[in-house]
Amino acid sequence: MNTVNATHDGHPTGFLRRYVFSIDHKVIAKQYMTLSALMAIIGGGSSYLIRWQLAWPESSIPGWGPIGPDNYNALITLHGTIMVFFVAMPFLLGAFGNYLIPLMVGADDMAFPRLNAMSFWTLFLASTVLVISFFVPGGPAAAGWTSYVPLADKPVYTGVDWGQNLWILAVALEFASFLMGGVNFLVTGLNLRTRGMTLMRLPMLVWMEMTAAVVFLLSVGPLVAGAIMLLLDRVAGTSFFQPERGGDPLLWEHLFWFFGHPEVYVVALPGFGIMLEVIPVFTRKPLFGYAMIVYSTIAAGLLSFIVWAHHMFVSGMDPRLASPFSITTIMISVPFAIITFAMIASLWRGAINLASPMLFALGGLATFLIGGVTGIFLGSAASDIYMHGTYFVVAHFHYTLFPVLFFGGFAGIYFWFPKMFGRMMNEALAKVHFWISFLAFNGVFIPLFLVGLGGSPRRIYELSSYEIFKPLQPLHVVATVSAIALLVGQLPFIVNFFYSMVRGEKAEKNPWHANTLEWTVDSPPTHPNFPTPPRVYRDPYEYSVPGAAADWIAQDAIDERGIQAAGV
Amino acid sequence: MIASYFPQNISTFGGDIDHVFWLILYIVGFFFVAAEALLVYFAVRYRRTDAHAKATYNRGDTTRQAAWVLVPALVVLCFDLGIDAAGHRAWEAVKGPPPPGDVEVKVTAKQFNWNFTYPDPAGKFDTDKNVTLENELHVPVGKKVRLTLSSEDVIHSFWAPNLRLKQDVVPGRKIIAWFEATRPGRYEIACSELCGFGHYSMRGEVIVHDPDDYAKWKAETLENRSASN
Repeated sequence: MNTVNATHDGHPTGFLRRYVFSIDHKVIAKQYMTLSALMAIIGGGSSYLIRWQLAWPESSIPGWGPIGPDNYNALITLHGTIMVFFVAMPFLLGAFGNYLIPLMVGADDMAFPRLNAMSFWTLFLASTVLVISFFVPGGPAAAGWTSYVPLADKPVYTGVDWGQNLWILAVALEFASFLMGGVNFLVTGLNLRTRGMTLMRLPMLVWMEMTAAVVFLLSVGPLVAGAIMLLLDRVAGTSFFQPERGGDPLLWEHLFWFFGHPEVYVVALPGFGIMLEVIPVFTRKPLFGYAMIVYSTIAAGLLSFIVWAHHMFVSGMDPRLASPFSITTIMISVPFAIITFAMIASLWRGAINLASPMLFALGGLATFLIGGVTGIFLGSAASDIYMHGTYFVVAHFHYTLFPVLFFGGFAGIYFWFPKMFGRMMNEALAKVHFWISFLAFNGVFIPLFLVGLGGSPRRIYELSSYEIFKPLQPLHVVATVSAIALLVGQLPFIVNFFYSMVRGEKAEKNPWHANTLEWTVDSPPTHPNFPTPPRVYRDPYEYSVPGAAADWIAQDAIDERGIQAAGV
Repeated sequence: MIASYFPQNISTFGGDIDHVFWLILYIVGFFFVAAEALLVYFAVRYRRTDAHAKATYNRGDTTRQAAWVLVPALVVLCFDLGIDAAGHRAWEAVKGPPPPGDVEVKVTAKQFNWNFTYPDPAGKFDTDKNVTLENELHVPVGKKVRLTLSSEDVIHSFWAPNLRLKQDVVPGRKIIAWFEATRPGRYEIACSELCGFGHYSMRGEVIVHDPDDYAKWKAETLENRSASN
């Protein structure tokens, strides 16, 4: 380290350079994590208001007051926008990708550390713009997170003026942020691999983060164009999406979903990556079919580009397009079947330790299966005629995103907390957190599948004007009580997180006896990460190798007796 | 138990859609139960204990081992194609080229109403003898009803759960939909695409009449009103 004002651990000493405008990937990762946690409080809090209104319509919500249909539409819009763009992406890509990619490939930092800081601060700006939009006259955006036009195109249709403009700006800035981040992930994962770290020796999380980055980079362009067109329609008098002046509303739907569907995989793959890191460590055996999983991931990434119109079966597009898009959509079940079956096969004859990271990973897998299989009902154009736009869709996508974001994300926190903060978390509180969350999550969304079977459309402020939907009301009450339990169930985690950070048992370098390179450095790691560049000799998941001295062999161990090349 | 949540089907093609639903449910239900059962069984059976402390080294990278995953995935693919084929037939029945309509109605959606316009006695639209009803679609049982859907403002979606018919209504386009009701009665229509402040209250009704009733309604409502226009 040639900087003069650096301490013995290599970090800059000035507060601003060290904690705020840092270019250390580990600090930036924690910044992403903090930002996503703050946004999760808003996004999660909004679900409390939404759920209360749905269970007990037009009552005064404890701690808030009554909400009207305009507030309701704004709340669902913000909930979706925040959870996908400002929680899931910063958490799964920003935090885990940043923290782990350099450590796992044996690099000292990201390929472009300053670009990395810039991508975080661009996201910070995007979040600020979104939060400001809550307070402008006319209120925040209320046209849904999909911002369908012309509803989002002309202020007269929603009564929202600058709220929608700022929404577009916030989302566009978010895209810019992750474009920079995505380039960094890709270049770091490909070019900064240390000696011996071949592509097929990469930890699975790196594969998943890189695939997600490529999918994002290739899909977001059309929506950036769409966002600019929408903004021009609103502020400059163009008419890209206004039919009375030659525009076309379906154009927006195509641009949105061309990005919007791949975006699901941008979020899902890193979540899977975390589960795939955790499973071998806690089964003490190699991942079943590493190469198969890599190829399936790439196949799923490619397929995700040709399925978008399944969001538009009943949109009025040419009905002859429905069957081709049904085929591609349902086909995506094959790579995901391979990945999930491989995860299950990885458990076979393992020595399974159901510690908290493993519980969360298995909980994520168990719930994702529900999200996966219910997607078939929506991917088939025929049954989608009935299911489209109902609560079945709401339940389905929560069963795909919640497992990766929540269960995958918390598996990651409980797993890497010792590395990030140098202390262990409390295992009993972690298990309480898991079981409350697991039961409550299912309690929210199983009833909502049934509400969807009853035909009830989503985004309905209250359904009492419909005789046909009235019998579904008790299901909404069950869902809301469960949602409150889910929110309250996060308290054990919050206590555990902050208590452990200060008082937790000191963590050694490698408390889980894991193989990948992040476990060969100090907890927390110094800056730069590796005292000397590590050299990799073997695959990432060599557990319980017959004849080895221990049931794990670090990737940088020269021989099977488990001696590390560097450090030890 | 699941069947009890579905509203009664009252259209000729509703059975085809429901059939696809049940087909998918049985297929994915099988894979789902099998996968969850294995997951739970393995997690319990291979839990690390003092007696069982050592895992079996198995990378799943020989053809023989990979077959344990690839063969089930291949079976998934075959079932996928079966679902595609069944779905295609049902989709064509509902959304394929529509049959000629015995009754023609123009549907105009706007924030936050459904307007149903009937032709004049000569069967013509856009004359001064057209009759428009708010939020009420009257149709005869057992006849093919052809709807021409358009919107005056934003995207709405015509959703009649009992008819198993959903179709977005897009400004700037005329979209044709059709159905044939099999049972007289009153059935609700909801808007299923977020359309603004009053989206939740954009409720309409399909009133399916038996033939005599429909003739009577037509004489009373359509012919009287169109004469007085």
